[in-house]
Amino acid sequence: MNSKLEVSKLLDREYAAGFVTEIESDALPPGLTEDTVRQISLKKNEPAFMLEWRLKAFQHWLTLKEPHWAKVHYPPIDYQKIIYYSAPKSLPKLNSLEEVDPVILKTYEKLGIPLNEQKRLSGVAIDAVFDSVSVATTFKAKLRELGIIFCSFSEAVQEHPELIKQYLGLVVPYTDNFFACLNAAVFSDGSFCYIPKGVRCPMELSTYFRINAASTGQFERTLIIAEEKSRVSYLEGCTAPMRDENQLHAAVVELIALEEAEIKYSTVQNWYPGDKEGRGGIYNFVTKRGLCRGRKSAISWTQVETGSAITWKYPSVILQGEGSRGEFYSIAVTNHHQQADTGTKMIHIGANTKNTILSKGISAGRGQNSYRGLVQVHPKAEGAQNYSQCDSLIIGEQGGAGAHTFPKIEVKNKTAKIEHEATTSKISEEQLFYCRQRGLSAEDAISMIVNGFCKQVLNELPMEFAVEAQKLLAVSLEGSIG
Amino acid sequence: MSNANMNINRNANVNTNVNTNVNTNANVNMNTNANANVILKIQDLQVAVEDKVILQDLNLSIKAGEVHAIMGPNGSGKSTLANILARKEGYRVQKGTISFLDQDLLALSPEDCACLGLFLGFQYPVAIPGVSNIHFLKSSLNAIRKARHLPLVDALDFLKIVKEKMALLKMSEELLYRPVNDGFSGGEKKRNEILQMSLLEPKLAILDETDSGLDIDALKLVSEGINLQRGSDRAILLITHYQRLLDYIEPDHVHVLSEGKMILSGDKSLAHTLESKGYCWLGEGEPA
Repeated sequence: MNSKLEVSKLLDREYAAGFVTEIESDALPPGLTEDTVRQISLKKNEPAFMLEWRLKAFQHWLTLKEPHWAKVHYPPIDYQKIIYYSAPKSLPKLNSLEEVDPVILKTYEKLGIPLNEQKRLSGVAIDAVFDSVSVATTFKAKLRELGIIFCSFSEAVQEHPELIKQYLGLVVPYTDNFFACLNAAVFSDGSFCYIPKGVRCPMELSTYFRINAASTGQFERTLIIAEEKSRVSYLEGCTAPMRDENQLHAAVVELIALEEAEIKYSTVQNWYPGDKEGRGGIYNFVTKRGLCRGRKSAISWTQVETGSAITWKYPSVILQGEGSRGEFYSIAVTNHHQQADTGTKMIHIGANTKNTILSKGISAGRGQNSYRGLVQVHPKAEGAQNYSQCDSLIIGEQGGAGAHTFPKIEVKNKTAKIEHEATTSKISEEQLFYCRQRGLSAEDAISMIVNGFCKQVLNELPMEFAVEAQKLLAVSLEGSIG
Repeated sequence: MSNANMNINRNANVNTNVNTNVNTNANVNMNTNANANVILKIQDLQVAVEDKVILQDLNLSIKAGEVHAIMGPNGSGKSTLANILARKEGYRVQKGTISFLDQDLLALSPEDCACLGLFLGFQYPVAIPGVSNIHFLKSSLNAIRKARHLPLVDALDFLKIVKEKMALLKMSEELLYRPVNDGFSGGEKKRNEILQMSLLEPKLAILDETDSGLDIDALKLVSEGINLQRGSDRAILLITHYQRLLDYIEPDHVHVLSEGKMILSGDKSLAHTLESKGYCWLGEGEPA
């Protein structure tokens, strides 16, 4: 038995030395073995340390069991049926928007997406005058002048391995949970951002400007590092409905804020939620965590989640630095058969740390929406302060939609100040009738009431996102009454 | 807000009907002269909620320029009538027809009916937390203007218009920035209803117990606001318990509803008779 182990170890070492033959085709066959991991690393031409990290993660993953404690139900995932690598596809080139499915165009219109953006999203060739690539290049040059690094994760592994080595897995180690572990083994690409000391990033960074932003991968890995006294605002996602043959999306996002640095991370997610019967939608199982490492550092998460069949994520902040601040603002919508189990974890370790949680859950149709939050105050966290507000809004017939709240508060220091408020309300027939009697259609009435409900969170979004998000809320609640 | 468009359309409808429907009995617009300015015509209406009949044998005709009052004891069906006209769900029309501006009212949705020109001043206006009053008022005005193919009002113009109207009702401007009806006093809620009426300039305003809960001063203000809305091209239907309101808003016709039936109609003196004799008088010997 022992000798077998020795032999296989030997073989592994020989594998690592380069006895693997690269698979010629664009995509790997479905299935996940150690070989798959090696192939992925090889295709990306990664340095040895990266492959080693992936392999350790993979070995660990084999020992883990998929968790099922969330309030979401889905058929079992066959990890051997998933394709873990495919070369970025270029979308078919169309000549004009007239060739695009009119249903898709109608959604783009409702979301107020500008024509050129519509073209880019549907693979229509863009005029040379409005070439988006040259726009991206101009911005990148400006960022470079300031010493800001903003590129794809893969590029960062090649160009800035020392930063990757220093920070990768610091906030979300591969041992953290089942999906983060899987991600560590097979992650495809993502964003990397580094802001040097004292620099305030002059523009909102979004994946739009990232080169190779062709199609979002299923196992994205993002790392943002903000050095002392720096500031950055990052936007992830877009309001346009995104489809993908790959059903499981298990991304990992790590944020590190050093002394007096501030990171603002905003997400608008509208992944395909499945058909009206709830079949075929995306599973969005994400691990997002920020580390307020330095004194008086701050990390703020803002999310508008309207898509996916299942959303399972808890953007969290570890408040290690003295006086650091964490914020979580969220709007989660579940309509038809969507399910969401989302919330945040605020971990107080340093003294005088503060956090604010504002969660708005909207359930319509047969959607099930759960808020799950953890506020944890460690024994040495003197003077910790927390304010949480979780509001649920139910739209539609009784017995259809559901809203659930699972707040958990663990306090191990007597000086902590914790406040928690929760409300549950519904859009009443009286309110709808009042609005309709004043000339507003039922859908406009719901949209108006929902926007009022979500106002506090919408105000936290960077302006361009806020306007899009309002339209997105209206579109995602279509068909929620009658 | 221009009403010229509305008038032209209505006359056009009447002319068309005269030409094509001269010999049919089914068409409501048979008596062309009388109907030239009929805003609302209810014929043989019977309404039930689940299995209980709430209104029956109801007939009512309201012409442009008129103010009608419907009085009656609690439970007589007054609010049901108001709700049916505003197209609230939950009622079954078992018999009869209702025509509003020559259209089949019962075929309209609440918002279509509102855009056509029907306004309901609610007895208990509901609060809408999270939605500011000014945003709601402007959205409503523009929804109706859009349906009438009128240009929309922008934020600045709207602010000017609404401030003028609020001043007439002695409403504090601060009420613009509170959520709709949220934390408003009873008097403020009623004045907010009349403010909306003055903004939307409906063809038919149905005011359901607008006077309830108001002190004398508030009642005077609200009545002034309502009287300012009187016009030769529009009508008002007041639903009230008390004769008091009718001292300030003189009705042309007064009707009495009792147990779902319109048992009496008369002019404004009928209100005084009811005031002195009470509703019980109605049970003693039927009037001719």
